[in-house]
Amino acid sequence: MASDVLVPSAGGLYCAAGNFWIDPLKPVERAVITHAHADHARAGAGEYHSTRAGLPALKARVGADDRHQSHEYGEVFELGDTRVTLFPAGHILGSAWVKIESDAGVWGVSGDFKRALDPTCEAFHSNPCDVWVTECTFGLPVYRWPDTAIVIEQIQRWWDDCRDRAVPAVLFCYALGKAQRVMAELAQRTDRAIWLHGAMRPLVDAYREAGVDLPDTRMVSEAEKGERFQGDLILAPPSAAGSPWMRRFKNHSSGFVSGWMRIRGNRRRRGYDRGFILSDHADWPALIETVEDMQASRVITIHGNGEALSGYLKAQGLDSERWNLRASLSDGA
Amino acid sequence: MKSFIALYEALDATTSTNAKKAAMVKYFAQARPEDAAWAVYFLTGQRLKRLVNTRELREWTSEYSGLPDWLVEESYEHVGDLAETMALLTPEPGPSELQLPALSVMVEQVLRPMADLDDEQRQAIVVRQWQSLPGNARFVFNKLITGALRVGVSKRLVTRALSELAGLDSGMIAHRMMGNWQPTAEQFQKLISKEHDQDLEDSTPYPFFLASPLEIEPNALGLARDWSAEWKWDGIRAQLIRRNGRLYIWSRGEDLLEGRFPEIEQAARDLPDGIVLDGEIMAWRDGQPLPFARLQTRIGRKKPGAKTLQQAPVAFLAFDLLEYDGQDIRQRPLADRYSLMKTVLPTQCGQLLLPGRIEFSQWDALARLRESSRERGVEGLMLKRLNSTYQHGRKRGDWWKWKVDPFTFDGVLIYAQPGHGRRSGLFTDYTFAVHSDQGLVPVAKAYSGLTQAEIDELDRWIRAHTRERFGPVRSVDAVHVFELAFEGIARSKRHKSGVALRFPRIHRWRRDLKVDQADQLKDLEQLIAD
Repeated sequence: MASDVLVPSAGGLYCAAGNFWIDPLKPVERAVITHAHADHARAGAGEYHSTRAGLPALKARVGADDRHQSHEYGEVFELGDTRVTLFPAGHILGSAWVKIESDAGVWGVSGDFKRALDPTCEAFHSNPCDVWVTECTFGLPVYRWPDTAIVIEQIQRWWDDCRDRAVPAVLFCYALGKAQRVMAELAQRTDRAIWLHGAMRPLVDAYREAGVDLPDTRMVSEAEKGERFQGDLILAPPSAAGSPWMRRFKNHSSGFVSGWMRIRGNRRRRGYDRGFILSDHADWPALIETVEDMQASRVITIHGNGEALSGYLKAQGLDSERWNLRASLSDGA
Repeated sequence: MKSFIALYEALDATTSTNAKKAAMVKYFAQARPEDAAWAVYFLTGQRLKRLVNTRELREWTSEYSGLPDWLVEESYEHVGDLAETMALLTPEPGPSELQLPALSVMVEQVLRPMADLDDEQRQAIVVRQWQSLPGNARFVFNKLITGALRVGVSKRLVTRALSELAGLDSGMIAHRMMGNWQPTAEQFQKLISKEHDQDLEDSTPYPFFLASPLEIEPNALGLARDWSAEWKWDGIRAQLIRRNGRLYIWSRGEDLLEGRFPEIEQAARDLPDGIVLDGEIMAWRDGQPLPFARLQTRIGRKKPGAKTLQQAPVAFLAFDLLEYDGQDIRQRPLADRYSLMKTVLPTQCGQLLLPGRIEFSQWDALARLRESSRERGVEGLMLKRLNSTYQHGRKRGDWWKWKVDPFTFDGVLIYAQPGHGRRSGLFTDYTFAVHSDQGLVPVAKAYSGLTQAEIDELDRWIRAHTRERFGPVRSVDAVHVFELAFEGIARSKRHKSGVALRFPRIHRWRRDLKVDQADQLKDLEQLIAD
């Protein structure tokens, strides 16, 4: 086979023809960042390329200075001998997948993505590639997501139930993306205000500035002394679970919003009362559907249990393999 | 089944014991007795006799979902629960007008008859259910055909819910649930009936009273003269019932041990009628206990032969009297029950023994005596308050087990395998080895003893340092040393190391030790008492 356009390096993918890295975990000369989650965006690169919509969150993560170059979705820009385009990945606000055109063919790199609709970000946009490098965080057929509407309904009923019992409803979710998605979905059904953990604030502000419609929010840190949060919904990052911060929510019921909640043992192990299956990643059917939409003849799996998806695709007659990006961290690359 | 599924969901949706109890009370109050009876049956952890084997179920899942069998296996390994894996892999049926059958109908008309059908017919039934049952109903159905429900309620909590519903003492409900209780409408009504218990069967045992581990110094319990001490025997807890000319021996797991211990049955024939004894079945010869391993050769034998009887003789060591002259005397003080027991049972009557109490006047003296436990072949001491009643379940306060410290050794982690249930998807089942002339040889499997943070750390390390995979089992680099505790050791032909450890568990992660500092097999062999 002709040499690959991309190779695992620095915990991400390196493109020699364009001399850039996609989502590197180590400091590099030039980085193309798919989105601002910590396992994709790290400080220390000499130059950052990202989407305009994703820029505020990325600056919050890696620092705001003149090393940033932002691009519109669909806009083609040249890096070295390659032509690069960022397309919407539907994962969080400003998230992208990266298309790289060079003499060695067209490669697509997914970053993280989902196919379900999300009121806080542009929907995934497919575009044909020769090689599709796909995330597979949830790369097993046990991961199939229920309709978003059903899950939001469950969250709302749980909140109503907590109101009836006059206990706080503490909902854990990732501070970037998931929290805003849940809030935006709830805003379509209720005008009740939501309490926020301090870690949520800058990101919620960033979403509001981007024009995403979010419900009224109040900061837990600014609550009056003696506030009992009875029947109120509180959003907090998972790291707050079990911390002294939680003591103010007497007799609370706890929930966690994540694709991992599809498995009962995950919820029980963490001791949440309720698990709500809502993910910003593609489920198994969406991973396969996306492979078809990309019309790629070769599929490389990264992030997650890639062996199962690769094995399945090979049995379907595709060329497929799994790359371990983490291993590239210890290669000294 | 609809309200039972709702109950399952309510139980599963909370970690609060009170909320679980309230959900059960609500369910039992409105359920029809024939359904409630089966709910009690499953919630208390009982299961139907195996209807299908798990290999068949995995094949049917593969066929029905259209997924290759290796992908079903990978999924199962990831989820850690077969019933849940099947529910997740089988497609969600479309909306249907179909009413879910009642729980009792599902069990009696769908599940039980499966036992008499051939493979193809059973597959057809299971697939038909998968096609019609939505989400959690499919999961609960799968649970019922594969084993116990396991929804985080104990038998004790079910008992408390029923007692709240019936307005009766939970001890009475627990008693009625013992022994040959059957999941029928009539039996459920009897369970919560205000009527007197005239008609409990002769065979019905009393609920066992369980001791709690003593974690404080005994002098914190108060005056020594208020307490009784006995040796803690390492055998099988059992209840011996003599009523209306019949004899019944029950294990604590509520199995009737009929025919298994003929020497005890023989001796018990001389007991007067209307007697119930609580005690321990021990391997016993010439007034001395034999190692637990010897008793193990008897446990599985329904009708032991002459050779087994000769090699592993047993005795029943009585330590409490619960019924005397046909009267329930559990509410009388322990001291009284002891005295009465002496009148019905001489110190020895064949293989029925009354080991008696340990005389002591000072806690210090008792503590010194406890040091001799290992030589005596006992696990330590039992401390019982002399004026205590015979309660049920594990109630703290009046009965304490004061065991000697366990044996320990330092072993090397060599294999790991994913856990189940709460620990699904994590490598939590570990195999440990010690050094021998043939290199590292496995001696113990252990599942418990690490914190969640340690489990998470070890899980990541195992994934990154896997050497080989054998199905779900991974061999890992021999790097980490752990201190393991265990209760006893015996020679074993079934183990590669030649030894079997009793109740091994992880004491702590010895990050300070290197692999060559782990223990040798010969260190363990020295502990074997023959």
